[in-house]
Amino acid sequence: MSMFFTIAVIILVFLVIFQIAKASEYVSVLKGEEKSRAQSNKINGFLMVAFLVLGLIGVYLCNKALYHKTLLPQGSASVQGEKVDSMLWVTLILTGVVFVATQIVLFVFAYKYQENPKRKVFFFPHNNTLELIWTVVPAIALTVLVVIGLRNWFMFTSEAPANALRVEVTGKQFGWVFRYAGKDNEFGKKYFRIIDDAGNNPLGQIWADNEQFRLKADPANNDDIVVQQTMYVVKDKPVQLIINSRDVIHDVGLPAFRMKMDAVPGTPTTLWFTPKYTTKEMKERTGNPDYIYEISCDQMCGNGHYSMKGIIEVVTQEEYDAWLAKQTPNYLVANPPAEPAATPAVPAAKDSTLKPAADSAHTVAIK
Amino acid sequence: MSNEAVLHANVGVSGHDAHHDEHHGHHHETFISKYVFSMDHKMIAKQFLITGMVWAVLGGLMSVLFRLQLGYPDSTFPWLEDILGKWAKGGRISAEAYYALVTTHGTVLVFFVLTAGLSGTFSNFLIPLQIGARDMASPLMNMLSYWFFFIASIVMLSSVFIETGPFSGGWTAYPPLSALGDASPGSKTGMDLWLTAMALFVVSQLLAGLNYIATILNMRTKGMSMTRLPLTIWALFFTAVLGVLSFPVLFSGFILLIFDRNFGTSFYLSDIFLSTTNTALPNEGGSAILYQHLFWFLGHPEVYIILLPAMGMASEVLSTNARKPIFGYMAMVGSMFAIAVLAFLVWAHHMFVTGLNPFLGSIFVLLTLLIAVPSAIKVFNWLTTLWRGNIRFTPAMMFAIGFVSLFISGGLTGIWLGNSALDIHLHDTYFVIAHFHIVMGVASMFGMFAGVYHWYPKMYGTYMNNTLAYIHFWITLIGAYLIFWPMHYEGLAGMPRRYYDYGVWESFKQFVELNRFISTVVIIVFAAQFFFLFNFFYSIFKGRKVTTTNPWGSNTLEWTTPIKPGHGNWTGEIPEVHRWAYDYGKDGQDFIPQTVPVGDNETQH
Ligand code: HEM
Ligand SMILES: [Cu+2]
Ligand SMILES: [Cu+2]
Repeated sequence: MSMFFTIAVIILVFLVIFQIAKASEYVSVLKGEEKSRAQSNKINGFLMVAFLVLGLIGVYLCNKALYHKTLLPQGSASVQGEKVDSMLWVTLILTGVVFVATQIVLFVFAYKYQENPKRKVFFFPHNNTLELIWTVVPAIALTVLVVIGLRNWFMFTSEAPANALRVEVTGKQFGWVFRYAGKDNEFGKKYFRIIDDAGNNPLGQIWADNEQFRLKADPANNDDIVVQQTMYVVKDKPVQLIINSRDVIHDVGLPAFRMKMDAVPGTPTTLWFTPKYTTKEMKERTGNPDYIYEISCDQMCGNGHYSMKGIIEVVTQEEYDAWLAKQTPNYLVANPPAEPAATPAVPAAKDSTLKPAADSAHTVAIK
Repeated sequence: MSNEAVLHANVGVSGHDAHHDEHHGHHHETFISKYVFSMDHKMIAKQFLITGMVWAVLGGLMSVLFRLQLGYPDSTFPWLEDILGKWAKGGRISAEAYYALVTTHGTVLVFFVLTAGLSGTFSNFLIPLQIGARDMASPLMNMLSYWFFFIASIVMLSSVFIETGPFSGGWTAYPPLSALGDASPGSKTGMDLWLTAMALFVVSQLLAGLNYIATILNMRTKGMSMTRLPLTIWALFFTAVLGVLSFPVLFSGFILLIFDRNFGTSFYLSDIFLSTTNTALPNEGGSAILYQHLFWFLGHPEVYIILLPAMGMASEVLSTNARKPIFGYMAMVGSMFAIAVLAFLVWAHHMFVTGLNPFLGSIFVLLTLLIAVPSAIKVFNWLTTLWRGNIRFTPAMMFAIGFVSLFISGGLTGIWLGNSALDIHLHDTYFVIAHFHIVMGVASMFGMFAGVYHWYPKMYGTYMNNTLAYIHFWITLIGAYLIFWPMHYEGLAGMPRRYYDYGVWESFKQFVELNRFISTVVIIVFAAQFFFLFNFFYSIFKGRKVTTTNPWGSNTLEWTTPIKPGHGNWTGEIPEVHRWAYDYGKDGQDFIPQTVPVGDNETQH
């Protein structure tokens, strides 16, 4: 019923406006073209400045209402992200000045130079000096921005520090799998065709020889720790993510750290940053007891894209060590030690026909 | 070939004789040859326009539907189930349907509305009229280009009605998602239809583009040197060149995708294990990123294919209604040329976070920010055109001014995104949505509205209603800013695009009220477009009649044709051109049409 009512009202409003519009057309025909044009010029000229003034007020109000909902007031949670924020401010000020100035000029000119039968227009087809100025000045301003930007860009994309904690992140429809290298600090090789979710091998770690694909077991796998959905990293310690995908393209989105990198099947990518605050500290900083660092998937990956969430726990070194000590290597989870037969053979090269690992490159960061 | 000869050679259907041009409209034309398989560029233009309008309504309606989900994620609308059936069980759009709607909305608006509907309409309508030609170089190719577009439309539309739904992986259609039916139901038959439609669309664009280029280069009337062309024609020329050079690359990308989908190749596929089927695919060695290079090699020029016609028409409309020459004609042409060249050299700015080589990335940063320079020149030139003019606020002029405002707002955020270090943070968030909707979506729509309101009297011999046009303008301008301006803030909170529901996210759930507000404005703005639609169709039949050949006091050639030009455009000789198109306010004269010879004591400029 209310639906019917709404539609009726809408149609009625439409009809009324339409009738007014038609009537005003008749009136303007009667009044003569010149006169009605003068009138509509006056109204629209006024509306142009009104739009400018209300628009600028609106920009201010919008900022007031929404600024605190952005990430800017809480600051970056990574060292690198501070650079992003400072660059953002420089860009904002530069483009903001241009925005306000040009919008004012546009609408004020529109108002000021509305048709006036007494005005003689200024025949002004070109002026080389002016045109040179507004080619060169933007070029200089943009050069400044490029210099700032590229300095940061090369810093963000530089080699991760040697002491960085390395975590392998793998996206899949619709969740995240994390792997830690374990005591040997080396990721074991893996091959996607032996992925076996039911057998607790979501990454296809090669921990046993495989005849079908001619794979040789990589003992570096034996101490690798695999966890789902939540990743632990250490405050103030650089962390390098080695990013893979198991199926389609995903993206590791880390808004709090101002970082982001695609997860591409077949082509590993990397990114590194240094977290500044533990999750606990962030709860205090933001005043939100539920605060968590979330990983959002930022690349359309299917119908569950919007729910592809991961969590990062930033903790102190002691907490991290305690957490790590509690983890069981995935190899042992999948192959409980009660079955000693499953222990892989010593990696002696007894069968040289086995190729080392189909995709050994995949555990190495590419540049 | 001369103009007359071309017309004779190709317009055999109507079989008229150029020496008897006075009899235009009298000779026998059937309904089919006049309205359906027409080879008259003006009729083909109207076909593009009206098809584009149909798609705009459908695409707009889709956005209303998915904005309902974003704005009212916890509400149910039983009528949605009535119209969408299983896609909206219980009155709430499913994730599958949401993504299908978003994808179809994007594809349709970018390609069918703002490419075919915009440059298809105005290239066809204005090129022969403004350069002084009787028709296109090849009216047959022209007709075919429309019908290829029409078939593409039918195929795209049909994908909405199939069991597994239309393609749902985003308008950019990145593989592997778009390559694997098992990764998403939309990537099954829906994607086959999407690819077929897009392939047909590329054919249509190539037929059209080659024709536009040939016409502009070869068929200008006597005295119409390239440097006397109105800026609309320059813009449409660069648009056509961009399309002809970049659509084939997109096409090659699609071909490889079709092979990967159907014939077991591995151009884009490698190392894939699908949880849905619990199997690994045999493909190895492909690169998913290769597709993105091919796509964006078209994709970036495409945004200028959409924008340039709007720029050209805005220039023309601004100058005419400011009663003042466009400022810096050569700089305007030069900057469009620079944009056209640079448009091919910036594509990877859409790929900064794909693992692109950082050095390569830095080159693309440089080139991307370089493209902002010609854009800035254009803005300053438009502003100077208004300065000390004598502005008539015709509806077209209002939209042209709105266009400049929107282009500034959206162009400036391009400078943020083009800087890779900032783009890492902003990529694939609502900041990008705000950027491209303002600079491309709404701005080009405004250019299109300016064009329609300005050339409507030439198209139909009647005027549209001004009051309705003003209401349409103000609601649309205010609404566009209300919708897209706050989205920058969502982007600055890192809120990702293409999310069906933000409810489970601690980081993004603070925008519930804002999303509701935006969705409400969307509905109002969508409704306001019916003022335009109604005005358009009503005025064809009932609009105030045009009684003078040159209602806007304009200099260009189309206003020297009869009020309702027949096939062949001019009765008698095509006029000769003696000057550029922008002698407004010169030597105290309001305007001097291009056909007026230069006087002895006229000032030089
Ligand atoms: C001032 C010059 C401009 C610069 C520097 C610029 C820069 C960019 C950049 C870097 C992106 C990628 C953002 C991302 O995905 O993270 C982007 C996206 C986009 N830009 Fe621009 N832009 C400019 C002007 C324009 C214009 C004039 C148009 C259209 C007429 C346009 C249309 C688009 C579109 C459609 C996208 C998004 C495509 C998608 O991901 O779906 N841009 N722009
Ligand atoms: Cu994902
Ligand atoms: Cu681009």
